[in-house]
Amino acid sequence: MTDEVLIPKVGVVTDVRRDTPDVKTFRVVGTDGKKLFEHMPGQCAMVSIPGVGESMFSITSSPTNEDYMEFSIKKCGCVTEVIHSIEAGQQITVRGPYGRNFPVEGAFKGKDLLFIAGGIGLAPLRSVINYVRHFRKNYGKVIVVYGARSADDLVDIDEIKNEWSNEENFEVYLTIDRPQEGWNGHVGFVPSYVKEIGLDPNMTAVLCGPPIMIKFTLQGLLELGFNKTNVYTTLELRMKCGVGKCGRCNVGSKYVCKDGPVFRMDEIDELPDEY
Amino acid sequence: MLKIKVQDLNKLFDAISEKEPLYMPLEKAGEANYGLYKTGEKTALDVLKTVKSAKDLFFPQSETIVKFKTEGKNITVEDIREEVKPFVLFGVKACDFKAFEVLDKVFLADPVDTYYQAKRNACTVVTFACRRPEESCFCKVFGIDAANPVGDVTIWKDDENLYWRENTEKGSKLTESVRYLFAEGGEKDVQNQQEETRKIIEKLPFSSLDLSYFENTEMMDIFNRPEWQKLSEACLACGTCTFVCPTCQCFDIREFKASNDQIIRYRCWDSCMYSDFTQMSHGNNRTTQMQRYRQRFMHKLVYYPENNGGLFSCVGCGRCVNKCPQKLNIVKVVKTLGGKKDD
Ligand SMILES: Cc1cc2nc3c(=O)[nH]c(=O)nc-3n(C[C@H](O)[C@H](O)[C@H](O)COP(=O)(O)OP(=O)(O)OC[C@H]3O[C@@H](n4cnc5c(N)ncnc54)[C@H](O)[C@@H]3O)c2cc1C
Ligand code: SF4
Ligand code: SF4
Ligand code: FES
Repeated sequence: MTDEVLIPKVGVVTDVRRDTPDVKTFRVVGTDGKKLFEHMPGQCAMVSIPGVGESMFSITSSPTNEDYMEFSIKKCGCVTEVIHSIEAGQQITVRGPYGRNFPVEGAFKGKDLLFIAGGIGLAPLRSVINYVRHFRKNYGKVIVVYGARSADDLVDIDEIKNEWSNEENFEVYLTIDRPQEGWNGHVGFVPSYVKEIGLDPNMTAVLCGPPIMIKFTLQGLLELGFNKTNVYTTLELRMKCGVGKCGRCNVGSKYVCKDGPVFRMDEIDELPDEY
Repeated sequence: MLKIKVQDLNKLFDAISEKEPLYMPLEKAGEANYGLYKTGEKTALDVLKTVKSAKDLFFPQSETIVKFKTEGKNITVEDIREEVKPFVLFGVKACDFKAFEVLDKVFLADPVDTYYQAKRNACTVVTFACRRPEESCFCKVFGIDAANPVGDVTIWKDDENLYWRENTEKGSKLTESVRYLFAEGGEKDVQNQQEETRKIIEKLPFSSLDLSYFENTEMMDIFNRPEWQKLSEACLACGTCTFVCPTCQCFDIREFKASNDQIIRYRCWDSCMYSDFTQMSHGNNRTTQMQRYRQRFMHKLVYYPENNGGLFSCVGCGRCVNKCPQKLNIVKVVKTLGGKKDD
């Protein structure tokens, strides 16, 4: 029988980490203990628990990680609820990788990079950021601005504090929406924080987060003089097949599953406002 | 060209079906649809339009993708497909045949959908030239010649004979196996019939539909036309138009527990007209029926052509014209937004 993209591979969850009250990160390998497949930063995979359903998630680990793949998953419905209940040792199914990745080997090379994330929006960015850290000399200065509702909702905070913050020519700015006991960092929404930091508009920017954050952050960046052709984001539409056939993620003449999820802001401008 | 008397057609069907499964229009409960022919079956070759199109044969309304077995924490994945044996699809009209080309560009594009491909490759298609197209037909608008479809074999039929022309190697093979039932001849009869048919087509009410607006206008200008609101107001979101359409290809992937430890994942036709089609946990990117209705027609007339060298994702079969309970259809959309040649 020929290979078929709709037929998934079996993976084993080897580690489950609670990041926030509603986000857990799952480490996955194949049944042979090796990585299930190779991917590039920004690409996604369909993860499923047979009998419950399939859902699309960003592969949050970097391709440079040779041992396993990770998914950071927010609990928000039927499939994600069940995924949150699983423990290490449980098998799941995975198929992918799907979609267009961030141009880490193209337009990003040699550039100063600005990453702006809100909430679970860090998931796709974590893959690029760790890729950039691995090939550090290929890229210029890196700035990460990351915000969440509260200090408890910051995903992967240990890695950010212990690893990212120690990188050279690498600045990390964290913010939470409302003041909180024990938090002495910045308080305020991401879009306004971005304007306060004093950014060089020649940087290449990547935004991921809730639509409302993206909208206002983009506005802010444009006011600072950023050009839309240097700003990237990811779109999230309902998906079933992941390969441009089921029609579900179609907007304009694009299929977000195969032409995205990574888009440049000027490309998004050409799409009907249905994303 | 070969010919066979109409009284002998059942012999032909029996002969084909003895060799390979034969799917053709059959009458069941007063409706014509493609089905597996068995001797004595009530055939419906003369019905111009089957209710459902022929896409069912390659892209079934529902189809198993894979079977899972679970045991404790372990899962096994089983591809339970069997090899698709060669079969014959008989009596496909020019519009439905053109629709295969539209579907091919989706399912055979990289990465290939092997479920579709296996059936497509195993099939010998016998197309059937239309003799008397009716008012809802507008295949001509899409450059389709209803009097001369292609496929592996083409047939024509009048009151006395069925005429047979092989077009491909697959067609020759099929011809060889039933050759003994046929006599030579019929070119002139076919030519005459084609001329008659083309005259009918010229006079059909929708044959003058003009698609140039959709070819020459910016996507966003079409998208933003205020007329979409009015056009879509009566839509019930029943999805009939998408199910009867030979080119609609949206599907859903679902699963069910076949037993305690066995799960079947399958795909089934879905419709962009349904409100939950794009529903996500954090919202829906098409909240109104106007947006969903617009999506269907923008896809057929603008988005699909943009991705496929100008090929429209409508073949003018007229099924949605006949079947929409609210008389909303693609002709209305084209006329409202694009006008007619003579207006
Ligand atoms: C390209 C892409 C990347 C994503 N990356 C991540 C990630 O890294 N981490 C993460 O937590 N979430 C991510 N999501 C969102 C995630 O797919 C949904 O949260 C998840 O499908 C919800 O499923 P559910 O069954 O629990 O929710 P329910 O609301 O019960 O879902 C019902 C149905 O809607 C679909 N659905 C619901 N919400 C979404 C959504 N937001 N996007 C797409 N389909 C949805 C589900 O697949 C399911 O079929 C991503 C989505 C896309 C499209
Ligand atoms: S849109 Fe209507 S006329 Fe066109 S192919 Fe589909 S059902 Fe036929
Ligand atoms: S256009 Fe007509 S057939 Fe299609 S969903 Fe609306 S009411 Fe139903
Ligand atoms: S998810 Fe099926 S077309 Fe994109």
